[in-house]
Amino acid sequence: MKNRLKVLRAENSFTQEDLADIIGVSRQTINAIEKEKFDPSLPTAFRISKLFKLPIEAIFYFEEN
Amino acid sequence: MKTARKKNLYQLAAWTWSWVATMAIATFGPKYIWDDHTVLTALAVSVNFANGILMIIANRNLFNKFDELERKIHLESLALTLGLTVVVGLSYSLLDTTNLIAYTAEISNLVLFIGVTYLICVTINTRRYV
Repeated sequence: MKNRLKVLRAENSFTQEDLADIIGVSRQTINAIEKEKFDPSLPTAFRISKLFKLPIEAIFYFEEN
Repeated sequence: MKTARKKNLYQLAAWTWSWVATMAIATFGPKYIWDDHTVLTALAVSVNFANGILMIIANRNLFNKFDELERKIHLESLALTLGLTVVVGLSYSLLDTTNLIAYTAEISNLVLFIGVTYLICVTINTRRYV
């Protein structure tokens, strides 16, 4: 799954640590999501979507190879 | 979240060290401290067992404070460790019962194997996601 988390975080001047604290996960988890090595759970995706005031599909999207 | 997690981590460390200490007392106490007194030995073993249960509870509490990625990492590591322990442990036991090894298969070797395997699995899985 692809995502725009890194771009959105930069646009809002958040560090990975800031975002991790707000969402309630570790900094490593934010890093893994940004690098698309790990897909977040639905509650985490909803928290991210609420924080950036965007629908989930505007942040996370599926791209078939 | 971080404070609660740190508290759980310290609790687990405290219970683990006290479990190791009570294990040492229960192991060496009968020979070096109380001269094979049965009641004292039974008491030492009981205290060690109770301490072990509290250590497990502390470990579960820490696990519940993990976030989703950490849980995934530890769950995968636990699955691998469990599988390897069953396979390696039974093969090791077979080597002993069929007299293919000259010494007796000790449970302590298996405990050591579990610890090392889990540590390696957690390290590899952590590197995979970071």
